[in-house]
Amino acid sequence: MNSIQKNRLKDQLFKIWGIACTLFGLVLLTVFIGDILIDGIRRIDWAFITDLPSRKAEKSGIYTALMGSIWILILTTIISFPIGVAAGVYLEEYSKKNRLSALLEINISNLAGVPSIIYGLLGLEVFVRIMSLGASVLAGALTLSLLILPIIIVATREAIKAVPKSIRDASYALGASKWQTIWNQVLPASGGGILTGVILALSRAVGETAPLIVVGALAYVPFAPSNPMDEFSVLPIQIFNWISRPQHGFIENAAAAIIILLLITFVMNGIAVYFRNKWQKKWK
Amino acid sequence: MRKIKELVIEKSLLSSALVTIAVTFGIISVLAIEAFRFFSEVSIFDFFTDTQWTPLFTDKHYGILPLLSGTLLTSFIAISVALPVGLTISIYLSEYAPRSFRKTIKPLLELLAAVPTVVYGFFALIVVTPFLQQFIPGLSGFNSLSAGIVMGIMIIPFVSSISEDALHAVPKDLKEASYGMGATKLQTAFKVVVPAASSGIIVSIILAISRAIGETMIVAIAAGQQPRLTLDPTVPVETITAFIVQVSLGDVQHGSIEYRTIFAAGITLFVFTFLLNTLSYRIRKKYQEKYE
Repeated sequence: MNSIQKNRLKDQLFKIWGIACTLFGLVLLTVFIGDILIDGIRRIDWAFITDLPSRKAEKSGIYTALMGSIWILILTTIISFPIGVAAGVYLEEYSKKNRLSALLEINISNLAGVPSIIYGLLGLEVFVRIMSLGASVLAGALTLSLLILPIIIVATREAIKAVPKSIRDASYALGASKWQTIWNQVLPASGGGILTGVILALSRAVGETAPLIVVGALAYVPFAPSNPMDEFSVLPIQIFNWISRPQHGFIENAAAAIIILLLITFVMNGIAVYFRNKWQKKWK
Repeated sequence: MRKIKELVIEKSLLSSALVTIAVTFGIISVLAIEAFRFFSEVSIFDFFTDTQWTPLFTDKHYGILPLLSGTLLTSFIAISVALPVGLTISIYLSEYAPRSFRKTIKPLLELLAAVPTVVYGFFALIVVTPFLQQFIPGLSGFNSLSAGIVMGIMIIPFVSSISEDALHAVPKDLKEASYGMGATKLQTAFKVVVPAASSGIIVSIILAISRAIGETMIVAIAAGQQPRLTLDPTVPVETITAFIVQVSLGDVQHGSIEYRTIFAAGITLFVFTFLLNTLSYRIRKKYQEKYE
């Protein structure tokens, strides 16, 4: 075999290795999900969703945890959405190239890399203790809002960046002010992209466990929260609690609850991808 | 009137942006204050040299080394999985794969990163550990091996997507010059494209390491809760993050030394990830200038 053939062979071998690696993660994910479906699907029925937690595995349901997750989702959206989008708009449209903007930029990039559990420690000290909110849904939602803020800001900036300059120029030429241009032209034009980012960020918040454990969310709450100051549990914490119990029945419960959690996560991701595709077409 | 309105809006948008500065300031001061109180009771020398971490026992030792070794061990295993696989994927997708394949496979790979970490913890403990026990008889029910492997699978998309962006940004002329000399795709990829995109690839590796160090639920579920200074991947260990979870689950009184240990552990974690993130940011800024 001469060196040309050798090199071509190597090339082909790498191609096969490349396909194998690409499929490796996906195949494992499929195996995992298949395994979870086998373990948990029989456990899912209406009672599993509407029952309160119990010491007996077969009587336990996810009602309080699911309600806690929904409360967290709603409050986190209300808190993080306006602040994140406003900060993104400021950085993209108003901020001038100076030391403050450089500081904001490096700071946001750094915050995006801070481990989620550190946000938990921040929430524990500032919201739970100093602001004495206790281990409430509100304290949890505030903590998660800070956690996903950098994701929303980055997504907002990307979406606004993609709006062509001609649209702004046309608005200014008609005599619109800066804010009128942003509100009436730039934000509607970038709405799809912003929405994509916000939904992805929220889907991350729904799956977060560690910061809420640190803030003091409980594994067992007898009732679903009825106001923002109530104590709460969330689906991931309920799953974590069930995984750490030795009896087999709870493993089945954990698998069933994971199916529900994955369903929520994947549906949110699907919606986000849908918006992204729809919005990308607009500028092409 | 209009001018005042515009100014008010600009200032309120600015204040939203400043929230992010307040968050950083909050994190640093909270960690620093509680850690300072911790170190007024525990000598900083013991903290870095004592080989035992037993703050919840009666015989208390506060040596961070066992937690640090647990963290580094699980992260090392994760990176050993994610790095070769992730880099191969990025090279394959950017140099070999047809466009349509790339377009369908990328969102699917990103799904790997969207799965909540508690779910990965379940896989590691319930699926991967029993599977590995068939081949490694001495493997304990909690171990850093399966936690590390599963964590590696989770961070594959971090490595592959950032690296792929970097590979994609390499100007086409470079590749075409290489093909013109008769090089194969493989030779072009490793001798031309990868070196040209090296800074972007390094960024992806650093971010993956930082992600692995800060990962919590997988290790809290599957690696165990026994702080131990070891490099043996088959025995239970405890990471910094898993310790914080362990303490948070218990009933720890505010102001007690146990309460402060999680902040001392937290600031150690924060310093590590902060250094890694700052490093990656610097490299990224430099490399953006190169091609833009």
